[in-house]
Amino acid sequence: MADSPRVALFVTCLVDLFRPTVGFAAVKLLEEAGCRVEVPAAQTCCGQPAFNSGDRDNAKALARQVIDVFKGFDYVVVPSGSCGGMIKTHYPELFATDPIMADVANALAAKTFELVSFLTDVMKCDHIAARYDGVATYHDACSGLRELGIKDQPRRLLKGVEGLTLKEMATPEVCCGFGGTFCVKYPEISDKMVSDKVADIVATGADTLLCGDMGCLLNMAGKQSRLGKSIRVRHVAEVLAGMTDTTPPIAAPREKR
Amino acid sequence: MQPTSHDFKANAHRALGDPNLQRAMDMMRTGFPVNRAAAIARLPEFDALRDEGIAIKNHVIANLDFYLETFEKNVVAQGGKVHWCRDAAQARETILGICRDAGAKTVTKGKSMVSEEIALNDYLEANGVTPVETDLGEYIVQIRHETPSHIIAPAVHLVKEQVAESFRATHTHLPPDRPLDEARVMCDEARTVLRAKFLSADIGITGANFLIAETGSSIIVTNEGNGDLTQTLPKAHIVLASLEKVVPTLEDASTLLRLLARSATGQEFSTYTTVSTGPRRADDTDGPAAYHVVLLDNGRTALLGGEFQDMLRCIRCAACLNHCPVYGAVGGHAYGWVYSGPMGAVLTPSLIGIEEAGNLPNASTFCGRCESVCPMRIPLPRMMRSWREREFARRLSPQAQRWGLAVWAYVARRPRLYRWVSAMTSHILSLVGGTRGRFRTLPLVAGWTDTRDMPAPEGRSFMSQWAAREKRS
Repeated sequence: MADSPRVALFVTCLVDLFRPTVGFAAVKLLEEAGCRVEVPAAQTCCGQPAFNSGDRDNAKALARQVIDVFKGFDYVVVPSGSCGGMIKTHYPELFATDPIMADVANALAAKTFELVSFLTDVMKCDHIAARYDGVATYHDACSGLRELGIKDQPRRLLKGVEGLTLKEMATPEVCCGFGGTFCVKYPEISDKMVSDKVADIVATGADTLLCGDMGCLLNMAGKQSRLGKSIRVRHVAEVLAGMTDTTPPIAAPREKR
Repeated sequence: MQPTSHDFKANAHRALGDPNLQRAMDMMRTGFPVNRAAAIARLPEFDALRDEGIAIKNHVIANLDFYLETFEKNVVAQGGKVHWCRDAAQARETILGICRDAGAKTVTKGKSMVSEEIALNDYLEANGVTPVETDLGEYIVQIRHETPSHIIAPAVHLVKEQVAESFRATHTHLPPDRPLDEARVMCDEARTVLRAKFLSADIGITGANFLIAETGSSIIVTNEGNGDLTQTLPKAHIVLASLEKVVPTLEDASTLLRLLARSATGQEFSTYTTVSTGPRRADDTDGPAAYHVVLLDNGRTALLGGEFQDMLRCIRCAACLNHCPVYGAVGGHAYGWVYSGPMGAVLTPSLIGIEEAGNLPNASTFCGRCESVCPMRIPLPRMMRSWREREFARRLSPQAQRWGLAVWAYVARRPRLYRWVSAMTSHILSLVGGTRGRFRTLPLVAGWTDTRDMPAPEGRSFMSQWAAREKRS
């Protein structure tokens, strides 16, 4: 284990708050891929809500905090293309004119990866043994797709999952309408977008919706649930880690504990 | 045009409830992206062409004064005249002056967004000159007393039944019970009506897709040929263009034209690409007796050297509108001024002020599809974010939003407090959520729960579960 990479998991706010299973699934997948996983306790948020609201000071303060907390690891892995994209593409942008911070921001950016693409592109996994019975459709979360180039990686791994059939929707690359604060600032437009998205999902006939970002998942799960559909909505890591038996799908009813 | 961008939310609400508009938008959302993708798939070197186009535009922007002066020199050498206009008012007065000198009663017009920007039609009409739009879409919105809702497809917000209705109401010299249910029939009717207008016009006004410095020419592209009739039949041709339209050579323009058509409509080349150079020469078979170029700044030079400079690369192909899910949901009129979609969200605040247009750069999920299809790779999301930064710095964003952000940032900057808040919130919400796994309503996020459920947290926060696990091991 001495030469296995030391990986820090950046949990993300939404996984921490809404869906801890995704965090545990990420740890499991990373360990099985041969990584030593640590979860720095002092992590909070990547600062994207401030950054996208035009609040550069708080965005920078949170970025400095993340840079500080996550230094010294071989890799930082994030189960989200959105938070991953923030660190990988926007931190360098935030500190572009600050020569000292630019170096450390670039260094962190270079070793930060979204979970699924880390498994395929860095750890060179092309098969993960898992079983899931169902027909799934995959939504390409915008930041992962367009900032980090994640498109083929999750599909490649999902193809190896026993019992799972992948069925593409007509427009998997069109935004679901979440958009962080957008969904509460412009709820009507957001609702129109997620309604179209759910219609596209339903048209595939799939019983399962997978995606790599909690924001989009909460949005699409909430809409399909309000419409009375019973599509099983899950983070892709849950399926790959074989952790779908322990936790009901997002927004689905659960048993009394 | 009086902007209503500050009312974006109300405009969007109306748009979402308008069944005709929604039908039209459904067609638009699927048509344009499919055609563009097919055209680009047929041209493997598209990305290399993009880089070439970007280099041309960046070079022009860095040497704008040189190319504009070269352009003027060559326009004059060809017998034409260039009118430099600082703002909309000056451009309007210049054009009216040319019309008055020519004793013009009617002007025909090719499609021009700059003419919308300076609200030319209203001004000409108020001063006794009748403008006639000759692009079919523009003609339709003109007879409906509307404005274009899209920079290349002005009537894209309409369905054909609405067009038929407007034709019946306007073309009253034709039998009222004539069949008008096919697009072809409507096109023919418009063509016949417009033919008479072309022949009687005193002056033709067109925009320009490109101005060529080396020859002093202007180029327009159309799919209807209306631009050719507009600029060759009347006594005078006025080209109205904003100054960033200049490119060094015809060769450069042809590179950009290949990008423009594919990005805009998925065509390899527009049906008509028309180059006009100066007035009619002695051996020309047709052409105008006078050739004027009205060069408009209207805030463009203020973008030079700043964070919005890249916007000057825009070639107005509308790929960003065609691929924007927000534009696709609400249409162009909701944006409340001339330019809509992502390019409008960046450009409009710089032309009419962020106080009026603050909603536009905020109404984006930053999905990034606009930037990914932009032939000029304009970083539209980055620039929308720059507007949000200016808004935030000037405290123009809503107070509730700024307070919410401040409270959240206060907590997020204190890891221990953050862990505690996150642990408490997930714990309480998962208890309240009970076995349902979701909330039908939740305070503070009514915008969300009005139309969709809010999934309940699974249970205890990840960080608290992880800490407990670490302690055990």
